[in-house]
Amino acid sequence: MSNELKIKNQTVSQWVKSGDPWVWLNAGAVAICVIMVIGLLALIAVRGLGHFWPADINQGTYSLPGSTPYTLVAERVESAEVPAAQLREAGIDVADHHDLMMRSLMKTGNRDVYGSDFRWVIDEYFTDITQPEMLFAAERHEWGNLYGYLKAVKEDGKVVAQTEDLTPTDSALATWAAFERSIERATTIYDDIHDVEKDEIGAINHKLERLRLEQRRLELNNELTPAKLADIDAQRAEQDALYEALQQRLIDLYAEINRDTFVVQVMDGSVHELQVAKVVRAYRPNAMGIAEKLGFYGSKVVEFLTAEPREANTEGGVFPAIFGTVMMVLLMTILVTPFGVVAAVYLREYASQGFVTRTIRIAVNNLAGVPSIVYGVFGLGFFVYFLGSGIDQAFFPEALPSPTFGTGGLMWASITLALLTVPVVIVATEEGLSRIPRNVREGSLALGATKAETLWRVVLPMASPAIMTGVILAVARAAGEVAPLMLVGVVKLAPSLPLDGNYPFIHLDQKFMHLGFHIYDVGFQSPNVEAARPLVYATALLLVIVIALLNLAAVTIRNHLREKYKSLEM
Amino acid sequence: MSTKADQKIPELDFDTPALKRHRKVRAFKDRSASVGIAIGGSSVILAVLLICFYLMYEVAPLFSGASIEQKDSYAVPAAESGKSLYLTSEEQAEVGFRVAENGDMVYFKVADGSVIENVKNPLGQPTAFAVESDTSRMIAFAYADGRVLVAQQVYKTTYPEGERVITPSIEYPYGTEGIQAADFAPRHLSIRDNEDRMTLAVVGDQQAQVVRLSKDVNFITEEVELTEDSADIPFVDGTHSLLISGDQRYLYVANAAGAMSEFDIRDIDDVQLKEQIDLIDGDAQLVSMRYLLGQSSVMVADSAGRVSQWFNVRDDNNVEHLTYIRDVKHPTGLVDMAMEHRRKGFATLDDRGVVSIFNATSSRQVIDERISDGSATMISFAPRANGLLLEDGKGLHFFEVDNEHPEVSWSSIWGKVWYEGYQEPTYTWQSSAANNDFEPKYSLMPLAFGTLKAAFYAMLMAVPLAICGAIYTAYFMAPGLRRKVKPVIELMEALPTVILGFLAGLFFAPFLEENLAAAFSILVVLPLGILLFAFIWSRLPQSVRFMVPDGWQPMLLIPVVVLLGWGCVAMSPVIELSFFDGNIRGFITNDLGITFDQRNALVVGFAMGFAVIPTIFSITEDAIFSVPKALTQGSLALGATYWQTMTRVVLPTASPGIFSAIMIGMGRAVGETMIVLMATGNTPIMDFNIFEGMRTLAANLAVEVPESEVGSSHYRILFLAAFVLFAFTFVVNTIAESVRQHLRKKYGSL
Repeated sequence: MSNELKIKNQTVSQWVKSGDPWVWLNAGAVAICVIMVIGLLALIAVRGLGHFWPADINQGTYSLPGSTPYTLVAERVESAEVPAAQLREAGIDVADHHDLMMRSLMKTGNRDVYGSDFRWVIDEYFTDITQPEMLFAAERHEWGNLYGYLKAVKEDGKVVAQTEDLTPTDSALATWAAFERSIERATTIYDDIHDVEKDEIGAINHKLERLRLEQRRLELNNELTPAKLADIDAQRAEQDALYEALQQRLIDLYAEINRDTFVVQVMDGSVHELQVAKVVRAYRPNAMGIAEKLGFYGSKVVEFLTAEPREANTEGGVFPAIFGTVMMVLLMTILVTPFGVVAAVYLREYASQGFVTRTIRIAVNNLAGVPSIVYGVFGLGFFVYFLGSGIDQAFFPEALPSPTFGTGGLMWASITLALLTVPVVIVATEEGLSRIPRNVREGSLALGATKAETLWRVVLPMASPAIMTGVILAVARAAGEVAPLMLVGVVKLAPSLPLDGNYPFIHLDQKFMHLGFHIYDVGFQSPNVEAARPLVYATALLLVIVIALLNLAAVTIRNHLREKYKSLEM
Repeated sequence: MSTKADQKIPELDFDTPALKRHRKVRAFKDRSASVGIAIGGSSVILAVLLICFYLMYEVAPLFSGASIEQKDSYAVPAAESGKSLYLTSEEQAEVGFRVAENGDMVYFKVADGSVIENVKNPLGQPTAFAVESDTSRMIAFAYADGRVLVAQQVYKTTYPEGERVITPSIEYPYGTEGIQAADFAPRHLSIRDNEDRMTLAVVGDQQAQVVRLSKDVNFITEEVELTEDSADIPFVDGTHSLLISGDQRYLYVANAAGAMSEFDIRDIDDVQLKEQIDLIDGDAQLVSMRYLLGQSSVMVADSAGRVSQWFNVRDDNNVEHLTYIRDVKHPTGLVDMAMEHRRKGFATLDDRGVVSIFNATSSRQVIDERISDGSATMISFAPRANGLLLEDGKGLHFFEVDNEHPEVSWSSIWGKVWYEGYQEPTYTWQSSAANNDFEPKYSLMPLAFGTLKAAFYAMLMAVPLAICGAIYTAYFMAPGLRRKVKPVIELMEALPTVILGFLAGLFFAPFLEENLAAAFSILVVLPLGILLFAFIWSRLPQSVRFMVPDGWQPMLLIPVVVLLGWGCVAMSPVIELSFFDGNIRGFITNDLGITFDQRNALVVGFAMGFAVIPTIFSITEDAIFSVPKALTQGSLALGATYWQTMTRVVLPTASPGIFSAIMIGMGRAVGETMIVLMATGNTPIMDFNIFEGMRTLAANLAVEVPESEVGSSHYRILFLAAFVLFAFTFVVNTIAESVRQHLRKKYGSL
């Protein structure tokens, strides 16, 4: 480092001449790239994780110049500084001495009362802010959150607990406790109703539909003898009887669940009586300690991962989307791995190496760069419309005109994605095969093994890390791909999972939900984008984690295999 | 041991039945593995290559021509009533309808010509006849006493015993007595009817008159009340054809020589001659003047064999002028012209009996076939344009027409087309609309343009960052740091684009709109700030500088960049206040006159650039890193600085790799769907403005493919778009690959 002294005496022009500024600029580019990646991940993580935190509810007076002051009860969502000129342009009478003002988006909830969930508030005019302990938030099955003070809880119209206090007095806490008990009871009944409706009645409907198709099929084949018809009718009558019983049970359950109501006072002072059955959960964030909040946070995360979506996908969980994504990727992997490997083995080991093989190799290589939407268009045109409707004509004529495979579904989506990712597997496997030394192969052949045995016992095991790499890349690509799926079978809300207890258990013809499409759909097609946004961040975070986990799992498998066959690699 | 074994060898029998069987099984396994792998492997490769062929297979029908084939021939049904004035058929082309010269209305079976019903004209021999339009099935007769009778074809379809039976009949919506339209014997008649009013134009030997029946629904009885107004209009000598425009605003009166007078008849009490236009060149004679579907294009056929299309175009003062748009020419004179009922297509019949079928939008001729002789007088399309009726001296002939995609031609996809209602020829993509007589606009140009625009802005962002980053990472960075930085940047590649698109559309677009000033100041501040920091760093005492080893500069710069970026965002409102009166958006729209969309090319460029960076970065980094160390060491030994070695030795050697990195990145940007779909407004415009959005081929596919009808022209055009995308990326990738191979050889000697 003797030249350090010289550098110290550099003039500006010498410094420029040395090329150092350019090196620094290049270093800057690296820094920017790194910041962008980490910043992006941090943004998703913070917003996605923040979604579940029970935010404090603020109560204050909002007195905008030129309009009557009113009490505002809301959660703060986000704040930004805006030039006062913009506000003046929007018709808000802002005092002249302001140049910049803080503006906040407040979630007021109570969409059924106010018409909208959110309003923009200028912080300057939002005063006397308190966080009263008795303010509660209730998540509901419809109309979004409810914010207000609990006034009374009723059973069959009779008051069981009531209070006039807005502070945590004994009567207020007693009412709250009654309310919590009532919610717990309603939730249990709600789960029962859900089980009956979804599982039991769903199974009956499935059986009835199969009976209908069976009858139609016999009819089409002219095999519908009176005996068979009587048999089908008997089965149908049996299912109908079961259905009747369940229906009666449902009526009872609904009568049960609608027993309780509660009375709430909202921020404009008006009092509303609502059914407890509509509430998913109620909590008082201002009264919660950190531990309680953490517990609440955990239960929300669990709900997000395991529950079904509510309210046009903007609330609740994303379980069907997780399930659909994983299922589709699994099916795709099962398809892509053998076919990709066989193709690569053929290209490298069996086909005669010449101009044609070289051309095919380049073509397959370049297919990896073809836009995914093109595969989607191909999948829709060839698989769904061409093959699918052919399969329907041949095997499911009884269901026509409603298509079975002649419409997008899990199977077509998996095959399309398999086609999309098969070049990746072929290229990676070929690379692995080409790296295996000739003498290993020749040694095996010299010992009398056939070509197939050499391939199976020597070549493929040695190439397995490369194959796994290809599959990893394929899985990573498939899990994040949305555009082709939009054409071949993803829907915003699938009525049931593609895997359930009804014969034939895996429903390859069914449409499914997908995390990536969920992000697109909820973020861009939802009627209430503002309310849906936090959930989209959470979903995005989840998708990133799922993809990272898939990658990680595959990397572990690869390393494990590499370790196992290390002795082979001389 | 070994001697023992040696002694045993001769005793080994390799040909025991069990071993033989075993060998056979092994040989069989080997052979079947070869066959299986060959079949499996080649079928996978074929399946992958199938994409290309399937796309072409779906596209091909677009450019294949049409065919016409004679099905039935018979004598003119009810020939005693005279030749046909009008010929048509109902939806299924089962029942034909003709109006004879004596006014009889004849329904007949298209298959064999047998008469189903011959409805005698209730008011006797007409002097003039007019058709409202083929689609409305309304016709009108004028009689010598000046009355006009309006008749309507009605088809009732029933299914007794599962068989389709079509029962035709005639109704008279304005009564069987007719409307007293004139006090002279009309020679020419034109009718236009809609829900609000009906307009008749009648021209006699010396006079001409317009009659309008306004329809008002009585609120109490809910009956339609008719109010009749009429006005004389100037008589045009030698009147040959009359036409009332679809909105009943203009009346076109053309004489045999093709001189046309356009009257403004919107106000019936104040009919004015608006313009006089010569429709025909030279001394040819007018043969037919009729509306194309939608009643906005006037088609003029003449005896010299020319068919010209005219429609109203608004000038700068918002005044409509009937304007010549395009024409098609035939070698000989024309006899008749027929319009398609559902598309902007028409057929012509010339005096040799040659039928030609055209599409007006694409100005494409799909059929030119001699199917009759000089005696042919009339042609007519079946409503679905799958059949054609022709009347000639021998009788009636029914032809089957197979003409699926006439509206698509090479020039209508890639060239400018003058669409109805447009001021000038444009590149427009508009594939569907609410109404039936809509003219589909299938120009892929705006989409291709949008695709390149998005790719351009993405590359503008990605190329400098990725390549500079790669240069540093591969050549200057400390190995320890490199091992950490490379995976981080390559992590970007695994990030699903739907997440990038969502962030771009819902987070970055509004953020950028609010902090526009920051976005542009960052462009200046960041490089300057980095340079300034570097300079200050070089002036710092050695003891400080030695704390950070060479090749760790990015770690020093990370806080600098974060601070500068944060500073720019924080200063954004201040900059906006001091330079743009607190409203930079207003400044752009009002002072610069540039349209500003929230989801614009800047947002797309940023988000897609982000998606492309890892692709370019890793290929470039590999290329630079694999430059032989001997080269750089030689250069350094000769006294070159690191930077000189970089630019003079390393970069030239690695340039093929960098080139192919850019090409592959470009291919990815061109095909990216979700980011563009979510981060732009998806409007198909042709404007390079960075503050406006675009619609790319890929996003267009995602939006429109699920909704297009299988096998329709729209569906096939979308497949064409997919094929274009496919071909483009395929070619780009192949070029990248071959250039890399080629240049690698060239620099291999280095």
